[in-house]
Amino acid sequence: MSYSVKVIDHYENPRNVGGFDADEAGVGTGMVGAPACGDVMKLQIKVGENGVIEDARFKTYGCGSAIASSSLVTEWVKGKTVDEALNIKNAQIAEELALPPVKIHCSILAEDAIKAAVADYRKKQGGEA
Amino acid sequence: MHLPIYLDYSATTPVDPRVAKKMIPYLSGHFGNPASRSHSFGWTAEAAVEEARAEVAALVKADPKEIIWTSGATESDNLAIKGVAHFYGETKGRHLISVKTEHKAVLDTLRELERQGFRVTYLDVRENGLIDPETLKAALCDDTALVSVMLVNNEIGVIQPIAGIGDLCHERGIIFHVDAAQATGKVDIDLSALNVDLMSFSAHKTYGPKGIGALYVRKKPRVRLEAQMHGGGHERGFRSGTLATHQIVGMGEAFRLAREEMATENTRVRQLRDRLLQGIARMEAVQVNGDMTARVAHNLNVSFAYVEGESLMMALKDLAVSSGSACTSASLEPSYVLRALGRPDELAHSSIRFTLGRFTTEEEIDYAIGLLWQKVGKLRDMSPLWEMAQAGIDLDTVQWAAH
Repeated sequence: MSYSVKVIDHYENPRNVGGFDADEAGVGTGMVGAPACGDVMKLQIKVGENGVIEDARFKTYGCGSAIASSSLVTEWVKGKTVDEALNIKNAQIAEELALPPVKIHCSILAEDAIKAAVADYRKKQGGEA
Repeated sequence: MHLPIYLDYSATTPVDPRVAKKMIPYLSGHFGNPASRSHSFGWTAEAAVEEARAEVAALVKADPKEIIWTSGATESDNLAIKGVAHFYGETKGRHLISVKTEHKAVLDTLRELERQGFRVTYLDVRENGLIDPETLKAALCDDTALVSVMLVNNEIGVIQPIAGIGDLCHERGIIFHVDAAQATGKVDIDLSALNVDLMSFSAHKTYGPKGIGALYVRKKPRVRLEAQMHGGGHERGFRSGTLATHQIVGMGEAFRLAREEMATENTRVRQLRDRLLQGIARMEAVQVNGDMTARVAHNLNVSFAYVEGESLMMALKDLAVSSGSACTSASLEPSYVLRALGRPDELAHSSIRFTLGRFTTEEEIDYAIGLLWQKVGKLRDMSPLWEMAQAGIDLDTVQWAAH
C-alpha cells in the first residue's frame, strides 16, 4: 500500500491527539467503528457559547488512512459552527488525502465521527435546556 | 546496519552466495539440456541434476529416485493433491482431508477439487495452532483417499505432529501428503522413518533460488499420481518440461548447506528469536500466537493488542515484516490462520510475523526491539481502545457500531 504524502504527514505528525472530559459542558463526544472491523474513531469537539467549535481532539485505532482522516477533521472542524461541521463530506476528506478506493471507508468513518460528536453535543445541550 | 531490516525469511530468503556461485556456470558454459543423451553438454547437465537430486534426497533421508523436480512448492502441492485425487478417486474414494490453517496452495487446490465433485473436510486446530490427531481420526471415512497436512505453518511456525498422523493414515491405507515448504533446514525430516507418501519442497525458503521445488513421491509402497503437466515425459512422466539445470543445481546446493549447517544455524537463530521475544514480552498486552514449544526457531508471531496491524506496519517501515491482517491487500479480513486459532478479530488485526534467518544479527534484533517499544507506545497513546482498557472497560461489553 502506497500512501499519499498527506496521509503520511498526518500519520507521522497527527494533529490534536488526546481528549477532553466528556462530562464538561460544551464537549461533544463521538465514537464510531468497531475493533473487529479494524477501525475505531473517537472524536471530541469543544463548542463555545456562540456555537462555534473552539477545539477538537481525536484518538483512533485503525490504519494509516483512518488516523489521517481523523487527524484532518480535527483541523477542519475548528472555527466552524456545528452546522458547518456537519457539511464536511467524506468525499472532501478522501480527495484531500488522496485516499485509494479501498480506504474510502476511513473517510466515511471520519464523517460519521463528526455527526456522532455533534449529536452528542446537541443531546447534552437539549438536556440542559 | 542497513535499513530496512529484513525479518521476513518465511516469505523468501536471499540466495546464499555459495549457492549463487555454484549456479552460475550452468547458465552459460554448462548450458546443456539434461535430456540430451547424445553429447557431453547433455551429460554434464544431467550429472549436475542428479547430484542435486541426491542432495535434496539426503536432507530428508529419501532415495534420489523419489524426488521429482517442479517449479516450487505450489506446483508440488497441486501435483500431489490433484494427482492423487485423479488417480485414486475411483478406487480409494472421493473424500479428502486437510486443515483450516494450511497454505493457500493446498486450500485453493482442494477448492478446485470440490468444484470437480470431491468432498473435502477442513480440520480445526487447537488454540495453539496444532491439530489434534483424535480430530483427524474422527474425520477419516471409508472413502478417504488423501490427507494433506503441512509440517510447519507459514504464519505461526508451529510444527504439526506428522509422524502420528502418518501412522493413522498408513493403518487405513490412506495416502498422506505433507507440505514441507517452510520446514527444510528448520526441522529434521526423516522420510525413511515417517509414514509420509508425498512431500512438497521449495528452494527459495531455504536460501535457494525462486522458481524451483520438488515433490517426494514414495517408492515403497509405491504412490501413483496422474500427471498435471504433459509434454516430453520428463521426470518419469510425473512432470514434463525441460529441467532448469541452474535452478536445480541451486536447490541442491542450498539443501546441502541446510543439511550441514542446520544444527548450528538453528541454535543461533533461536537465541536471536528468544532475545526478540524477551525484549518485547515486558510490554503490556502482548500475546504470542501459536505454540512456543512445537515451533520452528526462527518464527515469532505476536499480537499487540489495541493497535491496528496496518498502522503498526506503517510505523515499522524500517522493519520488513508481515502483518497477520490482510488489510493491505484490499480485503479487510484478518488472517484466516489466526482466526482458526480462535483469536478475536482485533488481535488478528494487530499481529506481526517476525521471521529471522541466516543473515539476521543481534544488532538488528536490538534495533527492532527499541523500535517496537517506541512505535507501539505511540500508537497506543493514540488508541481509544487502549484508553478504554486502561480505564478498566471490558471491550467485549461495549456495543460497537459495526460498519
